[in-house]
Amino acid sequence: MTLHKLSAHDVIDLFKKKKVTAYEIIQDIYDRIDKVDGLVKAFLILNREDAFKQAKEIDIKFKNGEEPLPLAGIAVAIKDIIATKKIETTCGSKILKGFRPPYNATVIDKLREAGAIIIGKTNMDEFAMGSSTENSAFGPTKNPWDLERVPGGSSGGSAAAVAADEAFIALGTDTGGSVRQPASFCGVVGLKPTYGRVSRYGLIAYASSLDQIGPITKDVVDCALTMNIIAGHDNKDSTSADLEVPDYLSSCQEGIENIKIGVPKEYFVKGIDIEVKDAINKALRVFEELGAKIEEVSLPHTEYSLPTYYLIATAEASSNLARYDGVQYGYRVEDCKDLSSMYERTRSEGFGKEVKRRIMLGTYALSSGYYDAYYLKAQKVRTLIREDFSKAFNKYDILVTPTSPTPAFKLNEKIADPLTMYLSDIYTIPVNLAGIPAISLNCGYNKNNLPIGLQIIGKPFKEETILRVAYNFEQNCEIEKRRPEISSIKDKENAE
Amino acid sequence: MTEKIITKKEVEYVAKLAKLEFNEEEKEEFTYQLNSILDYFKKLNEINTEKIEPTAYVISMPNLLNKDEVKPSLSQKEVLSNTKYVQKGYFKVPKII
Repeated sequence: MTLHKLSAHDVIDLFKKKKVTAYEIIQDIYDRIDKVDGLVKAFLILNREDAFKQAKEIDIKFKNGEEPLPLAGIAVAIKDIIATKKIETTCGSKILKGFRPPYNATVIDKLREAGAIIIGKTNMDEFAMGSSTENSAFGPTKNPWDLERVPGGSSGGSAAAVAADEAFIALGTDTGGSVRQPASFCGVVGLKPTYGRVSRYGLIAYASSLDQIGPITKDVVDCALTMNIIAGHDNKDSTSADLEVPDYLSSCQEGIENIKIGVPKEYFVKGIDIEVKDAINKALRVFEELGAKIEEVSLPHTEYSLPTYYLIATAEASSNLARYDGVQYGYRVEDCKDLSSMYERTRSEGFGKEVKRRIMLGTYALSSGYYDAYYLKAQKVRTLIREDFSKAFNKYDILVTPTSPTPAFKLNEKIADPLTMYLSDIYTIPVNLAGIPAISLNCGYNKNNLPIGLQIIGKPFKEETILRVAYNFEQNCEIEKRRPEISSIKDKENAE
Repeated sequence: MTEKIITKKEVEYVAKLAKLEFNEEEKEEFTYQLNSILDYFKKLNEINTEKIEPTAYVISMPNLLNKDEVKPSLSQKEVLSNTKYVQKGYFKVPKII
């Protein structure tokens, strides 16, 4: 059987028609993982035993006449920064090796109640700090489209798992683009919801004012389907918004005539790959044919987004990551002479280089004498960046941009130069600073058969609009649906 | 890069605040990298932000508080389950002073 190739909504249809069982779905997914994950390395840990147990339970309930759940039997992969009860959760870090959370994140409870089956935890840049998944303490994930390239990051394992048909749905987290950029590099759909739309309870914090959990899926319908399950207020997260959640599936069905699209001119300047630019321009023509009105718009503070983001994110990270001290969980260096040296040695051995770099930067930016010049300054510029978007949204319903300036780059290409690596998030970061929603979906391929991502940015809490626009694009763009052919480097050499 | 924004001595001081320790080579590397990153961040000084209010949280919401009532919480066993350094129901650490 080749169930793994299907979308989640197609598999659910088969399940409801009693053409497949949850057990068969999970069996097929693990067979696929066994076949390709040795090459892709999307997963850190598999939840095999528990997954089959759940599948059996779902099948029995359905056989006994219970109504099928909305995600019955759907194999879901979870980024390893989201707490899963009794399942090891490491954040891609040595400092949390062996940590088994005593509770589930709210999104995990919601997915399980909907019948989804957690099949495993996916690889990521340590504590979500990175854009390539190369910063994982457990080795990099490979891009299924080209195993010599990165899958993007930090949710690289989640995006690669979906692209390689190792999961129907994955959850990632997006602090500066960590759902959208890997979705773009791997040719799948990734949504960052509005800040406050999805509960962060049980999401291990990196930068609390920016982090959001978002789905990574094979198509827009699956994205809407997942949002229907995970969105909504949670009184365990004080920043979660107490607002009604619309039915995202039904909002996809409407057209986009007369929708007003702004195209920010600052996103098409130096650094953008010519093939990416061409693909976006082609996409804009599709929107035009569908009846949308397109105009150029200016977001004048765009160029300040990157320094603003790195100051805010690192400052918040330095505070959030103070909790890793070896006392209550995770790694601890033994035989230390006193408590202070235990803290220092545990943290120095437990954290990787990028995490230490960001803790240092954030600690410096918050330290006495520098707070006003760096952190407060960045928070003020953040206001200006937000205002750029609110002004644009007075006139336009959505904004359309590339997701990343280039397609997937090669492993080791940018790892030595932090600033160059940071630049791959230049189009996604402003969205997090403004707290607004954005989706990335495929809009073509470059000459090397690498996917190119299109980003659609919406007004706060208007996920339904960007999903509707994305769905209309997906249905009408006439881009050939390609799947990655996962071949080992050796196979490739033989073929040449 | 013309001037040093952060010196090696300051890197050592910040490392102490952050409870991290580095060898000489790492200190040199961090001093160099943090300088180039901070140099890039100087870009923000191009904007006059004197009259701008800072943004701490993006979505303005009233501070929501839960009702002050007792609900089930994790058991002591669960709380202690992620470390082997436990004694008589407490977390055990090396001597403090």
